[in-house]
Amino acid sequence: MDTFVQQLINGLNIGAIYALIALGYTMVYGILRLINFAHGDVYMVGAFAGYFLALSLGLAAAPSFLSLGIVLVGSMLIAAVVGVIIERFAYRPVRKYSRMTTLIMAIGVSLLIENLFVAQIGAAPRAFPDFLGSQSQLPYRLFGNAAISKAQIVIFLVSVALMVLLQWIVYKTKVGTAMRAVSFNLNSAKLMGINTDAIISLTFGIGSALAAAGGVLTAQYNPNIDPLMGILTGLKAFVAAVLGGIGNIPGAVLGGLLIGAAETFVVGYGHHIGIASTYRDAVAFAILILVLLIRPSGLLGSTVQEKV
Amino acid sequence: MLTLENVSVNYGAIEALTGVSMHVEQGEVVTLIGANGAGKTTTLRTITGLLQPRQGKVIFEGEDISAKPTHKLVARGISMSPEGRGVFANLSVRENLQMGAYLKKNKTEIAADMERAFKMFPRLKERESQKAGTLSGGEQQMLAMGRALMSNPRLLLLDEPSLGLAPLVVHTIFEAIDEIKSKGTTILLVEQNAHAALGHSDRAYVLETGRIVMEGPSKDLANDPRIKEAYLGE
Ligand SMILES: Nc1ncnc2c1ncn2[C@@H]1O[C@H](COP(=O)(O)OP(=O)(O)O)[C@@H](O)[C@H]1O
Ligand SMILES: [Mg+2]
Repeated sequence: MDTFVQQLINGLNIGAIYALIALGYTMVYGILRLINFAHGDVYMVGAFAGYFLALSLGLAAAPSFLSLGIVLVGSMLIAAVVGVIIERFAYRPVRKYSRMTTLIMAIGVSLLIENLFVAQIGAAPRAFPDFLGSQSQLPYRLFGNAAISKAQIVIFLVSVALMVLLQWIVYKTKVGTAMRAVSFNLNSAKLMGINTDAIISLTFGIGSALAAAGGVLTAQYNPNIDPLMGILTGLKAFVAAVLGGIGNIPGAVLGGLLIGAAETFVVGYGHHIGIASTYRDAVAFAILILVLLIRPSGLLGSTVQEKV
Repeated sequence: MLTLENVSVNYGAIEALTGVSMHVEQGEVVTLIGANGAGKTTTLRTITGLLQPRQGKVIFEGEDISAKPTHKLVARGISMSPEGRGVFANLSVRENLQMGAYLKKNKTEIAADMERAFKMFPRLKERESQKAGTLSGGEQQMLAMGRALMSNPRLLLLDEPSLGLAPLVVHTIFEAIDEIKSKGTTILLVEQNAHAALGHSDRAYVLETGRIVMEGPSKDLANDPRIKEAYLGE
């Protein structure tokens, strides 16, 4: 039982980060019907933005919640700008062509970002500063042997706060209502006087900021960041979005948590049924294939599935 | 108020409008009738900036608006209830109306406008917090019109508001059109229901395969033998 609870805590923790990233995939898909393959790279850019921000502000030497907060917010803002620029200069000009063109553009942008970073700063991992102090990975015992670390608590709290904030923006504010309107019917939204290009920019900005938060939070338990870190994590978050029902915001959160939990359970229990822990990264993609076969619209998606 | 000068519009290589010229004056209800595929929707989409003319000009209150983006035209006072209603099925009735007032800042003014829409279409009030996707076709049309009025347009474009509706609902819709006109809003009404459209408008244009083939006071057109035969089924 203890280990089950422990696995669940660990799984949901990783899952919360997948969820943050999955939200960006799903929001952009909802509004443009585009799989933004560069989104995982924005997550990486977010982590590096945090890293360089910490170095340049000298925050690495002053571990505190405040330092983490500054780095988190700073990296979210930088990533938001990066996301908006990608949309403005890569996707918007080709939006009038077929969706396939935009998709290929997304793959191109993704590879460009990765290779630019490798060229600029090298492929070797860098160590993200530890803001939570040397005690950050030490567990607080909950009950039995189940425990939770300070880093995990921070990850939970920050990601839940961000998801609640997003939920509020999308469902309670005028601009959020406009986002939902644009995603349902672009031309009708224009006829309301909505500057739909601005709403699309905003969507990219918000999604990218959430991915950056995911990047900084990931670095709180795994400080090794490198230019290719967004590939696998990005793909898993994409699977999470598909699992939840791409285009569906609560679905992205659910999908993220499920993928995170599934991964950890494979590591924790897989050996009982003959699945080695090395299958950890394969799980998400096995789930992807199962979802596509059994319920292509995802868990919370509408049953009518549009072709990408 | 609104003038189209020799407007041609293409979908790729296909020409949908050829040299269309028409005008709508302040306070008028003008109707544009024509068979399916004649180019009525294309005309309205061009006026609202959803399509750009290949040739010719759209002039609104003295200004060439041919290249202006749609959302700027809403700010200038043009609003449209589009073909197929175009309601946001994923939003509630109230949220749909709020989107109609997107460019307005004044909350009390928006609330008053919403009351006005509810007064015009009491059914919407009953369905206020329901998702628009759960409404009947007639209710969705009421919502599309109520929503289009939320921006207090000076020119209202209506694309086949009566399409596919039961006679009783069609009656409600045309009553609303009369009411909107009586309050001074200029209307350009596109209809396949030529009978009702001619009965509720001041002037009419007839569109055939992208060309204006006839125009005149609606009363005269309603008595024209060619119109009677082709559009009124008499
Ligand atoms: N998106 C489009 N792409 C290509 N052709 C179109 C498109 N929309 C309309 N058309 C064509 O343009 C012509 C006029 O269409 P439309 O303006 O919708 O007519 P109406 O509203 O009078 O029924 C028709 O021949 C139609 O097939
Ligand atoms: Mg039409």
